[in-house]
Amino acid sequence: MRSNEVVIVGAGHAGAQLAQALRQQHFVGTITVIGEEVDLPYERPPLSKDYLAGDKLFDRLFLRPARFWTERGVDFQLGDRVVAVDPLRHVVTTEGGREQPYGTLVWAAGGAARRLNCPGGDLAGIHTIRTRTDVDQLRAELPAVQRVVVIGGGFIGLEAAAVLRKAGKQVTLLEAQDRVLARVAGEALSSFYAQEHRAQGVDIRSGVTVTDLSGRAGRVTAVNLADGSSLPADLVIVGIGIVPAVAPLLAAGAVGGNGVDVDAQCRTSLPDVHAIGDCAAQASAYAAGAKVRIESVQNAMDQAVIVARHLTGGAVGVPGVPTFWSNQYDLRLQTVGLSIGHDQAVVRGDPAQRSFSVVYLRDGQVIALDCVNAMRDFVQGKALVATGARVAAEHLANATIPLKDLISDTGPAASGESG
Amino acid sequence: MTKITIITRAGAEHETEVENGLSVMEAICSSGIDELLALCGGCCSCATCHVQVDPDFVDRLPPLGGDENDLLESSSYRTATSRLSCQMKVTSALDGLRVTIAPED
Repeated sequence: MRSNEVVIVGAGHAGAQLAQALRQQHFVGTITVIGEEVDLPYERPPLSKDYLAGDKLFDRLFLRPARFWTERGVDFQLGDRVVAVDPLRHVVTTEGGREQPYGTLVWAAGGAARRLNCPGGDLAGIHTIRTRTDVDQLRAELPAVQRVVVIGGGFIGLEAAAVLRKAGKQVTLLEAQDRVLARVAGEALSSFYAQEHRAQGVDIRSGVTVTDLSGRAGRVTAVNLADGSSLPADLVIVGIGIVPAVAPLLAAGAVGGNGVDVDAQCRTSLPDVHAIGDCAAQASAYAAGAKVRIESVQNAMDQAVIVARHLTGGAVGVPGVPTFWSNQYDLRLQTVGLSIGHDQAVVRGDPAQRSFSVVYLRDGQVIALDCVNAMRDFVQGKALVATGARVAAEHLANATIPLKDLISDTGPAASGESG
Repeated sequence: MTKITIITRAGAEHETEVENGLSVMEAICSSGIDELLALCGGCCSCATCHVQVDPDFVDRLPPLGGDENDLLESSSYRTATSRLSCQMKVTSALDGLRVTIAPED
């Protein structure tokens, strides 16, 4: 048994935070991080924002300098990928053929950008935004490109559209559902963002189905839709979510499906194997106990700290309130809580003023807020979500009443729904 | 390069030379100190890079931003000289700056 050897698979936010937190908790064993990308851990959110825009050099995206990791004895094995896990022998095997024994394995491999599986989906000129390499390749082609089609109206697609419009490109954005951000937000937010993007010149088409892509000499020239229309494209960006990178774990017998299932301490069903970050599906008190896979920096970092404490015998941790941000044009969206499953959405403030919030409730309890250029609501609304406050909709809708004054409005805080 | 002193939660002083144009947050993260979570990477979307600035330097800092002010309001450890270190760009005018990392909320 090599309980003093921690192997972390994945060098993103979750893996990096875990390595750092283990040392902060005085873990003295070895820490090996196996990362598919060749770079030391870096900030991923700017890839679809500042870095895509060319406003920030890559050197400024590193989470910590190389020296930081060396000083703490964190060994990075980069540019290699774990392809098999042997839970009995406690060994992982990499694509490069390396066998790495572990005492504890922490799977923090995140996910790969989902790719198009329709005809023409593998033509040159079709890009995803998940890694530094993705964006470097995209940026290298941009100067020669005028017409861009973005497939997917989620955060990545919208953020990319905003950057490309600012860069003067002609942008068409396609969304399969009837509105952008359909998976993550209510209608009020979706229609606001669609309107803003249209005002910026993005041609948004919702409720459309991509059937195939045409090309010439191996490079994409058009995106074809089920309604028979064809959109000329010099470059295509695909932002249709991620596929959790958990195949080796599931093949080894770990329970999962959409990601790998973990318990409150981020343990998978395999002995001595934890999972954290984008690939981990965990019951959340912020989703009425439902199992959710949360793709955010905040979640990755919170789960990393939970595992670090667990492995060092520290206090049992619980994930904090989910938070998320997205910057598009001059719009700063801050989200707190999970709006999935809301049965009521209250708009607070005036979207026309470009500063407002949407407060989501389920069974009368505040479960989430989307705050656009409304940082105060985000900060004060966090307490409402954390306590599961019950607040009358007409009070929430009254932007002249600070949200912090509504906590007393609460009545009995019903936290009993957590799972 | 500008010299700044970072004081950890335990009171240890670290002096570091920083390239002008970087933020104080970047300076802290690059200095080898691991206390600053800096979750959002410096885009003023969280409050995990909260520092308390030596009162002697407050007048030399850029004014407190609206979002920064609101985010700081979420901290139980806010003082009159609290700032988000990601919102302070290092310039020669800040030579000798002293900041203390605020306790974790």
